[in-house]
Amino acid sequence: MTDLLAARSQMAMSLGFHIVFAEIGVAMPLMMVLAEWRWLRTGEREYLELARRWAKGVAILFAVGAASGTVLSFELGLLWPRFMKFAGPIVGVPFSLEGFAFFTEAIFLGIYLYGWDRLSRRAHLLAGIAVAVSGAASAVFVLMVNAWMNTPTGVTMAGETIVAVDPVAGMLSPAAFPQALHMVLAAYASTGLAVAGVHAWMLRRRAARGFHRRALIVALWVGAPAALLQPLSGDISARLVADTQPVKLAALEGQFATERGAPLRIGGWPDAQRATTRFALEIPRGLSLLAYHEWNAEVKGLTAFPRSDWPPLAPVHVSFQLMVALGTAMALVSLWAAWVGWRKREIAEQPWLLRALVVVAPFGFIATELGWMVTEIGRQPWVVQGLLRTSDAVTPMPGLIVPFIVFTLLYLVLGAVVVASIAAMVRDTADEPAGGDAREPLEAGA
Amino acid sequence: MTGMFATFGLPEFFAGIIVVALNVYVLTGGADFGGGVWDLLITGPRRERQRDLIAHAIGPIWEANHVWLVLVVVLTFTAFPAAFATLGTVLHVPLALLLVGIVLRGSAFVFRSYGSRTREQRRNWGRIFAVASTLTPLLLGVVIGAVSTGAVGVAQTQIGTVPFRNVYVAPWWSPFPIAVGVLALALFAMLAAVYLAYETRDDALREDFRRRALAAAAAVFVAAFGALAFAHREAPMMRAGLVGSAWALPFQIATGVAALTAIGALWRRRYGVARLAAAAQVSLILWGWALAQFPYVVPPSLTIRNTVAPRITLVIVAWALAAGAVLLIPSLIYLRRTFATRQAR
Repeated sequence: MTDLLAARSQMAMSLGFHIVFAEIGVAMPLMMVLAEWRWLRTGEREYLELARRWAKGVAILFAVGAASGTVLSFELGLLWPRFMKFAGPIVGVPFSLEGFAFFTEAIFLGIYLYGWDRLSRRAHLLAGIAVAVSGAASAVFVLMVNAWMNTPTGVTMAGETIVAVDPVAGMLSPAAFPQALHMVLAAYASTGLAVAGVHAWMLRRRAARGFHRRALIVALWVGAPAALLQPLSGDISARLVADTQPVKLAALEGQFATERGAPLRIGGWPDAQRATTRFALEIPRGLSLLAYHEWNAEVKGLTAFPRSDWPPLAPVHVSFQLMVALGTAMALVSLWAAWVGWRKREIAEQPWLLRALVVVAPFGFIATELGWMVTEIGRQPWVVQGLLRTSDAVTPMPGLIVPFIVFTLLYLVLGAVVVASIAAMVRDTADEPAGGDAREPLEAGA
Repeated sequence: MTGMFATFGLPEFFAGIIVVALNVYVLTGGADFGGGVWDLLITGPRRERQRDLIAHAIGPIWEANHVWLVLVVVLTFTAFPAAFATLGTVLHVPLALLLVGIVLRGSAFVFRSYGSRTREQRRNWGRIFAVASTLTPLLLGVVIGAVSTGAVGVAQTQIGTVPFRNVYVAPWWSPFPIAVGVLALALFAMLAAVYLAYETRDDALREDFRRRALAAAAAVFVAAFGALAFAHREAPMMRAGLVGSAWALPFQIATGVAALTAIGALWRRRYGVARLAAAAQVSLILWGWALAQFPYVVPPSLTIRNTVAPRITLVIVAWALAAGAVLLIPSLIYLRRTFATRQAR
């Protein structure tokens, strides 16, 4: 393993770990606030119970996300010092703002957790809203950094160094809005449907109905709309990639030749030797239509670019295909749930829908990981598209396999912490009345 | 001193803010680490109660006080990117170990609290927690000591021309940085003992931590003079600043007064005064380092002025800092109050 590959692997592992907790940190507070709001509106104890339990989960997962985020802030310098020297003045601004958003989230989460009996109901709910809003803001700021790496703006170059910066223009790079939208929706869809899946599973097992039914509905209100909107957001992202990163588009679609009316390939394996994507199901003109909303639009193929600028093809193409497939499944199940809800049927009474919800529960987090692989591997060999190559950004320190192994072990420990903490939380709350079964007859009348 | 004020602008303001954030981290997070040190050195008939008091004072997984460290990191790479790149490159090994220490400490705390089934497991995780709590402040001090010798800055210019050891190990693995590490450890242990003595309501425990605070204060004296002795050979700039410059004498007197006040207050069991004096002592030592190193971020060649980011970046972040302070400081005070009344009940 080369030093560059070791550094990239360590960074990929760190981000891959962090992103799950970051998503939960964005979406869980919204669900917690919605549950509390329902409690204030209806006075039903189950909603209060739900808000309290979710808040406990948020506290644990937020701490894990904070730990992995701390590690990442150091790793930027430990692994990519030349990237930070190059880009610090421009990415530092959104990173600083993210720091403040994170600080806000931590403070208000503390107020929320310790303020149950000390604050007025309205103030407590507002503290929860502050947690949810600052969590989403954190994600937007971080995505601004990543968007700038894909579509760098706001820098004036002289040779290979930046001589003037406009950090605001850098934050508002062309990819900023599409990427931030795609990621925030991903957080809501992944977390919402994952939580919905857990409660659907509990309902299948006939556990405390009143409690899990309400939990399922709140989780679906967060997850399902996001999952339904995600394909639209994906379309916006794909069209932007077509405009600004044509090599990435060609890699993720397995498009080798430049052609008009390019087909959309489903599945398949890109074969760089023969410059063709084999075994793919081709939908005529599909790619031109999707990427440019025109039947006959010209799509640039990989062969239009020097081989040294190609990203690794197979991981990008396969990850993209899988991400789209998983996202589609999530959208379809969400549509089904929306249809049942719209017909005023009881979602908790639909065994097949509950089964489907259990199946798609992990899809969002998997799709998120795949999506990150698409955008990060798809940008290679650049760390900042067109301006700085990843091989020029990595630390000159040799032997990077050692920190990669050390940090792999560290993340295994952190992963075990998550399992131990959640298990302890479930043990602690298992004895508490879930407020479910005993109340069932009353609900039927309500 | 006059030169310092003649060149005070936005770049120096940012350097100052970074030291302020580091100062807050040392006073809050430092005490968290110090608590772990006392966990390692736990003795006497009240072992379990001591341990519970320490555990009560810190949070699981990741203490909120680390936000100040994250702020230091983010502001450094935003305002002084070239200096940050040098630190990350040359000090890769101690900084990576520092991170391992932070994460392992928080994780071990979780496992000790509710991940362990047997007494033995509990003891092992407790030991990892305590050892990580001890090594991490040592590394923080080593990093600061290494920077101030100038060896880090020199090593950066030698990359590729000298062996691995000379660039990535030698700058921090030498007597002066290690002495600074020991000093940091002693200071954090002292802070923790003083805070714990102040916070507990149990008189016997308070006496335990009073004795520990006094012992740590003595260790601080030894470590400080040890570091100063090594500075003669390894960090002449640091020594010149701390001994020879115009501001040195009043600064040394103030630090000495704070140290003696802390010891005197502990002796007379005036814990509120002891807490303030100990915090002042630690802060003065940190600022003494910062002033002695001024205007260098990474001596001998990377200064505040020649590594600073473009002005526009600083202006935007300064506004963000101002807005953040207006918004966050009242919320933080509010949180502390909410938390304090909860504990009082």
